[in-house]
Amino acid sequence: MASSAAATAQPLDRTRARRRAAWRRRRLVLLLMAPWLIGFSAFFGYPLVMSVYLSFTHYDLLSSPKWIGTANYRYLFTQDPQVGEAVKNTLWIIAVMVPLQVVFAFGVASMLARARRGVGFFRTIFYLPALAPPVAATLAFVYILNPATGPVNVLLKHLGIDGPLWFQSPSWSKPSLVLLGLWGVGNIMIIFLAAILDVPRHLYESAELDGAGPLQRLRWVTLPTISPVILFSVVIGVIAGLQYFTQAYVAANVASGQASQAGDQTVNNLGYPEDSTLFYPVLLYQHGFRYFNMGYASAMSVMLLVVAFTITVLIIRNSLRWVHYVGSAK
Amino acid sequence: MRRVGIGLLVALVLGAALVAATARNSATAGTSGAKVDNITIWVGWSAAELKAFKGVVAEYDSKHSDVTVKVVGGINDDKITAAIRSGKVPDVVSSFTSANVGSYCNSGAWIDLKPFLSKDKIDVNMFPKTSQYYTQYKGKRCALPLLADVYGFYYNKAMFKAAGLTSPPKTMSQLASYAKKLTKKNSDGSIKVAGYNPFLGFYAGNAPDLSAYAPLFGAKYVDGSGKSVISKDPAWSKMLTWQKSLVDWYGYKKLQKFNAGAADEFSASHAFEIGKLAMMIDGEWRVAFIGREHPSLDYGTAPAPVDDAHPELYGAGYVNGTIIGIPKGVKHKDQAWALVKYLTTDSHALAIFSNGVRNVPTTKASLTSSDIKPDAHFKTFLKIFANSKSTTTPITAAGNAYGSLIQAFAVKWQAGHAGDLAKGLQKLDKQIDAQLKQAQAGGVP
Repeated sequence: MASSAAATAQPLDRTRARRRAAWRRRRLVLLLMAPWLIGFSAFFGYPLVMSVYLSFTHYDLLSSPKWIGTANYRYLFTQDPQVGEAVKNTLWIIAVMVPLQVVFAFGVASMLARARRGVGFFRTIFYLPALAPPVAATLAFVYILNPATGPVNVLLKHLGIDGPLWFQSPSWSKPSLVLLGLWGVGNIMIIFLAAILDVPRHLYESAELDGAGPLQRLRWVTLPTISPVILFSVVIGVIAGLQYFTQAYVAANVASGQASQAGDQTVNNLGYPEDSTLFYPVLLYQHGFRYFNMGYASAMSVMLLVVAFTITVLIIRNSLRWVHYVGSAK
Repeated sequence: MRRVGIGLLVALVLGAALVAATARNSATAGTSGAKVDNITIWVGWSAAELKAFKGVVAEYDSKHSDVTVKVVGGINDDKITAAIRSGKVPDVVSSFTSANVGSYCNSGAWIDLKPFLSKDKIDVNMFPKTSQYYTQYKGKRCALPLLADVYGFYYNKAMFKAAGLTSPPKTMSQLASYAKKLTKKNSDGSIKVAGYNPFLGFYAGNAPDLSAYAPLFGAKYVDGSGKSVISKDPAWSKMLTWQKSLVDWYGYKKLQKFNAGAADEFSASHAFEIGKLAMMIDGEWRVAFIGREHPSLDYGTAPAPVDDAHPELYGAGYVNGTIIGIPKGVKHKDQAWALVKYLTTDSHALAIFSNGVRNVPTTKASLTSSDIKPDAHFKTFLKIFANSKSTTTPITAAGNAYGSLIQAFAVKWQAGHAGDLAKGLQKLDKQIDAQLKQAQAGGVP
């Protein structure tokens, strides 16, 4: 009897010991993850939840938030006269700048991958603009593209061409920002370069033996192999486009000739010229921090999150058709 | 014996400690009568203007031995709001954005000054009506004016003489005609000297929300019930038509190029200061800038020209200004009020600060103070400020957000992209009303 009781107790003890060990492991994992968990909750989770809550309130930053239901969303979707323009501008910058950046970065990376001499020098030169702070880079571009005194238009004038108004013109302000975006494409370019250099040589050799020319090798070897990097660049580019702010803010203030008053809230140059650089985040900033309409700005930011999430999901789902992962069953 | 010795030693140490503590307490009590409080004031001024303000505060300091005032410059409304939200506030705050007074007063973020004014028997009628208006919201006074910005007319006398013009224009049609006479072009047709640059967005006098022009046409923003009346008041369409006709005379693109080549308005290469602009509407501060940067410039100041149909408006202009108040949660409320009172109501303080920064002093008495340094150019602005027809922009629950809607329409209009003016203004009214309604939802009435 006693021996059978001992036999039952032994597995029980082992189970308990296993559980204790498992709990200790979990505790250790939790402890090691604690800094991240705390950071995530404090700087992402809490602000996210608060933004959703504030989007249903009237909140001027100074008084307590007041619940107003869906009024902010109704104004956003039906009445705000500037939101349509801001969405249009944002979609424009995504539709034009992201593909151009990807193509340009790929093109530069392809050339750099073929370089035989001065590889380090050219890689540095093409990457360097990515290190320039966005504010400084924008200031430089507004100066270079100044329609009256900028070197670009001066040069064009010598060639007998009446240069455009660049940042001063509603038709040219966004293309000017695209030029700035292409100039600073170094980060994407370096990822493309790594991906291109990583394409197995034997694939090219096999393709060549099969009689594939340079374009065919590009289409059937390079692009499929680096497709995960293309997907990454597109997703990151689209999210950056949805959050496009700094360059637009600086360019509008400087080009309008009132940069010295950028911090002066009595002057409103955002969107200059003619709201052509009024991107969604710029309008959001204007409502939240210039007009103290933080409840409405929160509603705008919630919608931005929803749109960013939806677009990302759509791109990733669509990518199943054209992205190939090395070693995957597909 | 040894135990007694130790006991004595302990008693001595304890006694000494007690005496020391008593002495320290009595020392503190002894100086409490002359206790000096440190108070802090946040202001938006920087550089030379901040120096001038510090001079005024230093004078206050020397007269008040019970406080020491620390001045912090370069402050904007974001910082003020953040401080109030955090609860760590300075004792006195000031803002350049009088349009935000609606938020400050209504939320209680800046405390009500009425009890202090009543206690010290200060009548707010000591300030001109316009300044009274932009320092309160719906009767709740949480701010007082601390110098004002007043817009008037500047003209280059040498250029006038060369063109055979003897006096500044008094009407908008005269302004347009003078502008055409004074404009000089380069051989390629580009503008060398602009007689008058009407382009909205070019320097402060052409603020794209049309704030500097509205008083010159007598344009009303809202009716008695707070509804936007921009499409109903003919002054707005008249103003926009006048402005666009002059833009069209120059050519939109040519003006854009001229603007792009002009230096920043707060640099020493300001177009008027270096002779690239013959006439302009600008604030009174330009007098000080010209005095510092181009003292030899031969120029004159006058009230800005007005609508031909309303000559009675001549002499008026656009006014706004710095507001000052006490944030909620302040530690030294009485000392803070004493400083606010001194800065805003003492004629001498206002006059010496006005002399330092050449902004307009904000009490009726200080306008004629003997402390104001005589200056013919600046005197014009004192008169415009005192003019009963001078106005400011409306104080609303949405701050100056309505201005961005006016601006969005006006800049499209001058570019020729706004379509039918009457329909555009009607749409603008609806947009402003919807915006105000949205801003009033919930807390801010």
